[in-house]
Order: sequence, then C-alpha cells, then structure tokens
Amino acid sequence: MVASAKEKQREEAKPQTRQGLRLQKELMIGNFRTGMLGFGGGPSSIPLFQQEAVKKYKWMTEEEFADTLALANTMPGPIATKMAGYIGYRVGGIVGMVNALVSSVLPTVIILISLLQVLQAYKDIPWVKHMSASIVPVVAVMLAQMTWEFVKKSGTTLGWKKAVILILASFLLTEVTHLHPGILIMILIISVFIPFKRKENPS
Amino acid sequence: MIYWEIFLAFFIPGILGYGGGPATIPLIENEVVGKYGWMSTQEFSEVLAIGNSLPGPIATKMAGYIGYAEGGILGSFVALFATIAPSIILMLVLMAILMKYKDTPQVKNISKIVRPVIAVLLAVMTFQFLKDSFSSLGMIYSLLMVIGSYFLLEKMKMHPAIVISIALAVGAISGLIIY
Repeated sequence: MVASAKEKQREEAKPQTRQGLRLQKELMIGNFRTGMLGFGGGPSSIPLFQQEAVKKYKWMTEEEFADTLALANTMPGPIATKMAGYIGYRVGGIVGMVNALVSSVLPTVIILISLLQVLQAYKDIPWVKHMSASIVPVVAVMLAQMTWEFVKKSGTTLGWKKAVILILASFLLTEVTHLHPGILIMILIISVFIPFKRKENPS
Repeated sequence: MIYWEIFLAFFIPGILGYGGGPATIPLIENEVVGKYGWMSTQEFSEVLAIGNSLPGPIATKMAGYIGYAEGGILGSFVALFATIAPSIILMLVLMAILMKYKDTPQVKNISKIVRPVIAVLLAVMTFQFLKDSFSSLGMIYSLLMVIGSYFLLEKMKMHPAIVISIALAVGAISGLIIY
C-alpha cells in the first residue's frame, strides 16, 4: 500500500511528457508569440502566457496556471522566463524547457542588439548624441512611475507605517552606509522565517 | 575573467530580484554601472529605454545586450544563462515543496517585505537619471522633457514605446537646430 502510494505520487510529480515534434513546435510558436507581443516587460506577458498555455494549447488547466503563477511570484528572477521554463518543462521535459526559453527570449535580445548597434555607430554626431540623451528624462519618469507603484503596493500590503519605516531604513542602509542591496534583501528574506520558528515551540 | 564577471553581474540580480523583471533593473544597474563600470548611467539608460520600447521580458533583454557588449555572443549567452537558470532551477526543485506551503504567510511575505527595498533602489535610480539628464541636457530642456513625458505616459496613458519614439524625434529635431 505504502509503496504503491509512493509510486503514484512519483507518477504525479513527473512532468507529463507529451511526445513528438508537434508539441515542441507548439511550444516554440506559443512562446515566440508571448515574447514578441509582451510589450511592457515580463508582467505584461502573463495574460499572453495564459492565452497560449490554457486556452489555445491546453497545456494546463486554469487552476494549475494560477498555482504556477502564484508560486513563480514568490521566487526571485524575471517572471516571464520562470513561467516559460516551467511550463515548457511540464509539457515537454528538458527539451521543452530549453525550447520554450529560447523561443521567448532570443528574438527580442537580437532585436535589441541590432538596434543599439545602429545607435552606437552614429553616437558621436552631436545631434544624435542630443537625441539619445533626450531619452534619459523619459526613462526617469518611467522609473518614477515604477517607484510609486512599488511604494503604493508596499503601503497596501504591509500597512503604511511598516512600509515607511522599511523604506527609510533601506534608504539609510543602502545610500548612507553603502550596504550592498543584495545583502539587505537576503537579511529581510531570512527575517521572514524567524517568527515562524518561534511559533513552533509554544511558550 | 570577463565571463565569470558577466555571470556574477547577472546571477546576483537574478536570484535577488523578487518582484519580477523590473525589480532586477536597479540590481543590474548596481553591478553593471556601479561595480564593474562597464557602462555609464547614460549608456545604461539608453539600453533601458530602447529595451523598454521593445517587446519581451526586460531583464533578459538587458542581460542579452550587456553580455553581448562586454563579451560577444558567448558573453550574451553567459548573461542570459545567469539571469534565467538559477530561478528556473530553484523553481523546479522547490515547486513540490512550496506547493504545500504556498498559502503560509511566510512565503507570501517574502515579496511583501522585499518590495520597499526595491522601491528605494528605483527611487535612487530615478534621481541618478534626473541628475544625469540635468548635466547633459540642461535643466530647462530636461524639465520640459520630464513634464511632457509624464503627461503622455500618465495622463494620456500612451504606450512607452510611442513616448520613447516621440522623445527621440524631439531630441533629433532640437539637436539639429542647436548644432
């Protein structure tokens, strides 16, 4: 009984590898589309992923997709590649994973490299310099918008008092004492798990 | 060794960037501009701006380009691998375990508690970009560009790609008049 239950569990944990080139072709097309149409970075491509994975190719159910998304959100790193890689692995094994990643990532990287090389070639002409410098204030506005979104979200999820304290503290630590942001993030992640342990031994 | 440096420069943002691609941008800037000095704030902002106006995940576009600029095609692959692989491997390994605990407050709290730090990093970057813009373009022109793009992005809800194109056109025309 125990053995068979274990076996069953293993069976479920194993990615459901569908056979054939057709599947890989579908993975390639689906992920190419999400990559090329996802204007506005990773988060904006999530509805596109859902469209391909749930509605069009039925690689997973709506619920599985929601679970995957929730979990991917708790992990570090870009969201779009986590989704592409995991979905690719689940339906097509390792080959599916690599296929999905390459199809979603490479096309846009190649476009960016070629565009920037054109710009680099002419960058010493004064008006071209002025033109590319004109982007900087626009990016500043985009960053300010993103900053405000992060501040607002911090306020609503943590409560404003806690959020403001954390913002001030991390400003002091990273800007005044020049602590590497990575170390600060690591300390915060560890701190999340400390109260959990305290709860385990009832006092 | 350049490839090892490229790997590290993108591995660290990849594993610490809680909150998706945009959260990794200030971390990438910290490594690429601050630590290794591969590019100036101005160059970084060009890559970011053009990257932002193109489709696809922003973190991988940045990694792919910066890796290519520093170490050619192999550098590009190293940077992409360092950005993507750690989080995916982590995800595959931890999926089974985390599935069980996904509703516990601790796991949910991770992104909550990291968010304010990212907000600060983004705010600092915003400030650096403004400072850079003031020194290269002058205060009045910069402020006009800031107000104009704020209006187009926030009030008109225009797509970033369009706003960047308009900024490039304005910059080209005013540049031709000045020089």
